[in-house]
Amino acid sequence: MADTKKLSIIAFSGDFDKLTAVFTLATGAAAVGYEVNVFFTFWGLDAIKKKLGRSPLGSNWLTKIFGVMMGGLHSAPTSRFNFFGIGPGIFRHLMRKNNVATLEELVEAAKLLGVNLYACEMAMHVLGLKREDFIPEVKDVLGVASFLKLSDGGQTLFI
Amino acid sequence: MATKTLDITKEHCPMTFVKTKIELAKLQQGDILEVLLSEGEPLDNLPRNAAEQGYNVLSVEHVGGTTHKVTIKK
Repeated sequence: MADTKKLSIIAFSGDFDKLTAVFTLATGAAAVGYEVNVFFTFWGLDAIKKKLGRSPLGSNWLTKIFGVMMGGLHSAPTSRFNFFGIGPGIFRHLMRKNNVATLEELVEAAKLLGVNLYACEMAMHVLGLKREDFIPEVKDVLGVASFLKLSDGGQTLFI
Repeated sequence: MATKTLDITKEHCPMTFVKTKIELAKLQQGDILEVLLSEGEPLDNLPRNAAEQGYNVLSVEHVGGTTHKVTIKK
């Protein structure tokens, strides 16, 4: 067996379409034998929240408002054609109709395939998010130095 | 030793690979997985990837139309 190949993704965006790209690459790579690390930072943290909808997660009134505005995986807007919030529903419909995995299915597949999910410590601090706000599959809370160490020797993408 | 069949002809990337990988993970050592897949990306890559991951690709047969059958031993 060849040496394990490695793909590391910095998931910065909380957009539905960009998160779909993150999880498509992550699951595809894991399925063909890559070690996959996904480092969620800023808006990307929405994808790994336990609460899938809008919830006042945060440490003070301002971050709680942000928490409601940002929401979780089910509230992710599309980067284009969002149409005031109905865009993701339209894309979910199109994906199902064309037998393409939806974002939620990709996230479940990523968990099954053992994709390593990490949360950015700094962004969590800014947004008032705690480790308990995230799904239990999140392996660790990291900073830049740890992410660089993890991704060393593989390919890295920023989405 | 069991033989299982997986049809991914209606699946798209990345689920073609994801479903195969999950199915292979469920099998016991020595079990066989027959994967029905389409020409193009799945046929070009799946047998090679399975071999790269240490599985034994026993055969790749043309079944009909654009469908092929890849037989993999765990």
